[in-house]
Formats: sequence, structure tokens, C-alpha cells
Amino acid sequence: MPLLEIRNLSVEFPTARGVFRAVDGLEMTLDAGEILGVVGESGSGKSVTMLAVMGLIPYPGRVRADVMRFDGTDLLGLSPRQRRSLVGKDIAMVFQEPMTSLNPCYTVGWQIGESLRAHNAVPKSAVRDRVIELFRQVGIPAPETRLRAFPHQLSGGMNQRVMIAMAISCNPRLLIADEPTTALDVTIQKQILDLLISLQRERGMALALITHDMGVVAETAHRVQVMYAGQMVEEQRTDALFAAPRHPYTAALLDALPERAVGHARLPTIPGTVPGIDDRPAGCLFNPRCRFTTERCVAEPPPLAGPAGARARCHYPLDAPVAVTA
Amino acid sequence: MLRYLLRRIGMIVPTFVAVTFLSFMLIRLVPGDPIEVRAGEHGVPPERLAEFRHQFGLDQPLWKQFLDYEAQLLHGDFGTSIVTQDSVLHAFFQLFPATIELSVCAILFAVLVGMPLGVIAAVKRGSGFDYGLMGISVTGASMPIPWWGLMMILIFSVALGWTPVSGRISDAYFIDPVTGFMLIDCWWSDDAGACTSAASHLILPTIVLGTIPLAVVARMTRSAMLEVLSEDYIRTARAKGLGGLRVVVIHALRNALIPVVTVIGLQVGSLLSGAILTETIFSWPGVGHWLIESIQRRDYPVLQGGTLLIATLVMLVNLGVDMTYGFLNPRIRR
Ligand SMILES: Nc1ncnc2c1ncn2[C@@H]1O[C@H](COP(=O)(O)OP(=O)(O)O)[C@@H](O)[C@H]1O
Ligand SMILES: [Mg+2]
Repeated sequence: MPLLEIRNLSVEFPTARGVFRAVDGLEMTLDAGEILGVVGESGSGKSVTMLAVMGLIPYPGRVRADVMRFDGTDLLGLSPRQRRSLVGKDIAMVFQEPMTSLNPCYTVGWQIGESLRAHNAVPKSAVRDRVIELFRQVGIPAPETRLRAFPHQLSGGMNQRVMIAMAISCNPRLLIADEPTTALDVTIQKQILDLLISLQRERGMALALITHDMGVVAETAHRVQVMYAGQMVEEQRTDALFAAPRHPYTAALLDALPERAVGHARLPTIPGTVPGIDDRPAGCLFNPRCRFTTERCVAEPPPLAGPAGARARCHYPLDAPVAVTA
Repeated sequence: MLRYLLRRIGMIVPTFVAVTFLSFMLIRLVPGDPIEVRAGEHGVPPERLAEFRHQFGLDQPLWKQFLDYEAQLLHGDFGTSIVTQDSVLHAFFQLFPATIELSVCAILFAVLVGMPLGVIAAVKRGSGFDYGLMGISVTGASMPIPWWGLMMILIFSVALGWTPVSGRISDAYFIDPVTGFMLIDCWWSDDAGACTSAASHLILPTIVLGTIPLAVVARMTRSAMLEVLSEDYIRTARAKGLGGLRVVVIHALRNALIPVVTVIGLQVGSLLSGAILTETIFSWPGVGHWLIESIQRRDYPVLQGGTLLIATLVMLVNLGVDMTYGFLNPRIRR
């Protein structure tokens, strides 16, 4: 049984111009101890999907799913109280903007301690020691003094380490990292990514790593799921996906990687942007930007097809799928 | 922080001069001087009036009177009342506790009622409660105190007979003014009846004086909360699995307090002017009542000294608010 199992998830926001479906028919499975990379351009619905798992979709958003289970527990059927005892403890999340994701009025030590106290993770008297230990684990130097720092006194990278310490404080079995390095300097990005991977390995927790950077995924994820305009358009094992992408969107993302663009005068880019509420086309959502669009692509939306674990949402997948083992 | 404090204190001196100048000039623009007002229609001979004017220095040129007054202030002398011969400072401090008592009750009322209302309106934004409260608070923020006071008296004192019409306590009680704060003195005297009487005298003036700040606090709390509730760190707090009340109070309200406290501080000046009106309506024996009387009697030293003392207090309170602001907002703390 997978740790996280989602079937046919949709998240809708009523807006002045009608209902906007930010996530549409999404599928996702994640096994214990696995790293899943979720890739897609900005606006593809990656964050909304993960917020739905956390139960953090803001009012008046609506979440529906055929199945949304964590470790066998139906996430949509939980009472608010049951959900609160799960979220922050067994499922934790790290956000994109470390500088604004911590409360400016409280010290970082206090904010981590609050998680421990909320879930009774350690006895009250041991909270401080546990926070210091967590600081060490995420590589924050001089924990005893940093404990008393306010978020504005720390750098973005330090604050992201604090966020990670907070997320792992109650030993989650699933850690969701939503573009954890996007807001950071390039030199810091690698450090934070390495930290996440080493923590994942030490603790054997599942990691959902959301990013818009294919390069990040290549080095870290076991499996990749590509999202576009609220839909999953392709899933494959990382090596297979990089060897033989099946969806033209995935192929375009890979072509845009600097290391693959050797020989090109300019880095290839995908023209246009992810369609929002006003400009979702009929048929395949990617058809206005696709090199291979046919009449069929404009007329009829493609289903998710292909062998389990290597599906693509395309009428004309690029390559035959590579054989999937395990 | 220290340098900031010193600069703020340095600002007090020019403000002092400006306040004394304004009160000095404005009261002299009102026709009739203290001597005339006192003599009234008794037909006192003009030579006698001139003699009195000379005695109080009122026959000097205005610029000389003003400079003399400033020099006198520099020596810490606030002067004596032309009418009662009482020291202005002494009278002020005797009456001031009554004003503080009323103002503190009004602010407490405004904060204790207005803040929760604003929080609920923000959490339930767009609801009937939200629209209703905002509609009422527009009216409340522009409530004319004299009219509002009279309406409250008519309804609750005259028609319903629930509360007394005026004063601080029923004549049946004599309470030794130890602190000058009636509630505290009554409590000390251990007289339950006096306590009830003092409290019931406070209710209407508190509501009347507290209405405008209540409306302002409720609106400000609501808008500050709306802004804070959409912040990333609120989502983080929810992602930690914290309860809704904890997220709203500990994480959101704590941040929303920064602008709200500023607004409360800014209300102190207008609160004191509201207190003057409220004291007059309810015959509340505080400095407001005293100042209005001093205008009627053209009691120049009382009006000038009283205004200056009130201005000083407003400045001190504003300074205190700025300090609180630094305490509430770690980002500007040093
Ligand atoms: N609270 C909301 N109300 C309305 N639309 C939203 C809301 N949150 C996200 N969206 C929309 O959903 C789409 C997907 O957003 P998101 O999941 O944040 O994309 P990303 O893949 O960059 O994380 C975007 O078009 C965004 O505008
Ligand atoms: Mg996002």
C-alpha cells in the first residue's frame, strides 16, 4: 500500500469569471521512503495540489477526489481535529519563501518549539534540547544563540533551514518541499537540497520535492511527475524520463536544460505561458504551445495512457515507454 | 533606540512653546478679560478694574505678558488661578485622576469590545456580521459626543432609570480621596454600596467617550487582521497543525496589534478632547470640566497651564506608544 495515494483530485476556485479548476483529475502515489519529483512551470497547480493534501486550500476553494489517502486514512473524511493531529506531525511541508513563511513576531526557536508542544512530541522540559538538536541536524551553527533570533535577523538560507527543522521536528513520514530553493541564492540552493536529501535518507521518510527545475529533479528524485495546467501529463522513473520523455511538454522542459543545450546559440525555451482561467484551450491543454499539434489535439482532450508508472497524457507520445522495473 | 528617544524628547521643547503660544493667544481672542467677567454687572468703578488688571499684569503689552509667562514656566511655576487663587498645578493633579479614570475605562471598553469584534469580522469577512459591524462603526466613528451623551442619558437614565445622570458617586457616600481614582478608593474603603454607586456612575460616560475609539479600533483591527491572515506565516502556522483559535490569536492578532496599538495611541489626543465634552455633559469633576469653566471665567492661568499639562501628557503617551510599538515589533527593536 502506498503511503500517499491520490486518485482523480480536483481543486476548484470560484472566481468572478466562473469556476477555475486549478487541479484537474490529478493522480499521485508516493511510497514510504521514496523521493518524488513534481515538475512543471509556475502556475501548473503544483502548490495547490500539495496544499490540498495538507488541507490548507483557502476558502472558498473546493477539494474533491475519488481517493485521497495517507497511510490508509481517508484525508477528506477527517474531522478538523483529526486533520490537525496529522498535519505538522506525520505530513509536514516546507514552503517556497523562507523570509515570509516564519512569523516575524516570535523567535525561530519558539516557533519550532511550538510544533513540538502542539503534537506533544517530547516532554515539555525537553523541548529546548530537542530544538537545539534539530538545529544541529539542519546545520545551523551556534544553535544556543540562533534559538533566540528573530526571522529577520537570519538569512534566507538560514530561515529555510529553520523551516526544515520545524517540518522534521515531529518525525514526519511524508515531507512536502514546495520549491524549497527557488527563493535562495544559487550557492545556497545546493546546500539546502543536499540537506533535504540527507535528511530523507537518514530518516527514511517520503519526500515530495516540488520544483520547476528539471535539473534539480535529475539529481535527486527516484520518480518524476510532470504537471501542466493542473493536470499530470507524464510520470516515469527519473532515469527513464530523462532517457526517453514521452510527452512533448516534458521533452521541451528537458531541452531547456543548459547542459542539454550545448551547441545551441541560445537556450531553447517554450513559447507562451501556462494557460490560466481565461485561456484554457479545448482539447489537449498543451496544444497551443506544442510542436506536434494536430487537429485531434485541438478537438479532443487526451486521456492519461500507457503502462502503469509510465503514463502520459498525449495522443501521440514521443517514444515507446522504456520497460519499467519494480 | 536611545538616540531616537533623545530626539523625541528634544522635540518636546518647541512643542511646549507652540502650545503655550496658541493657548495664550486664543483665550485672549475671546472678548472680555478675567477682571471684566468677574466684575460682571456689579458696576465696579473703572479705576478699581484698572487696579486689578495691574495686579495680574494684564495691563502689560501682550509680548511682555507672554515672555513673562514663559519665564515663569521655566521656573516650574504654572501660576495660580485668578478666580480661586489655587495653584494651577495643584488643582490639575487633584482633578486629573477623575479624567484618567474615565479615559482609561473608555479605552479599555473600546479595546476589549472593539478588538474582538474586529477579529471576528476579519475571520468571517463578507458575512452579514462583517457588513453589519462595519456599517455601525462608520456611524460610531463620527458620533457627535454631546448628542450621543444626551441620547444615552435620555434613554438609560431618564426613561429606563438604570443609571445615574451625573457625577462620580451618589451624595450618600463620602469616600476619602486617597488615590483620586474613585473605583480604587471605594474598593479600599470596603464599602460595597459605594463601589456599586461609583461603577454605575461610570457606565454611561465610559460608553459615550469610548464609542468613537471603539469604532476606530474595530475597523483597524479588522483591516490589519485581513492583511495578516493572508500572510505566508499564517499558512505555516496552519501547516503545523495548530488550532484555529491559536492561529488567529497567537499568530495573526499578535502581528495585527502593531498597527492597532498605533491607532489607539493616536486616539489619545482626541480621547482627551472627547473627555472634555463628556465631562461637561455628565458633570464629571475632571480637568475637562475645569478647563471649560476656566474659559467661561477667562481664567487665563488655568486655561494656559491646564492646556500645557494636557499637551505634555499627550506627548508622553505618544512616546509610550512608540516604545510599545518597538516592543511589539521585533524588526524595529535594537
Ligand atoms: N486561492 C486561490 N484562488 C484562486 N486561484 C488560485 C488560488 N491559489 C492558486 N490559484 C491558481 O491556481 C493555479 C495553480 O497555482 P499553483 O499551484 O500555485 O501553481 P504552481 O505550480 O506554480 O505552484 C494558478 O493559476 C493560480 O493562479
Ligand atoms: Mg508554487
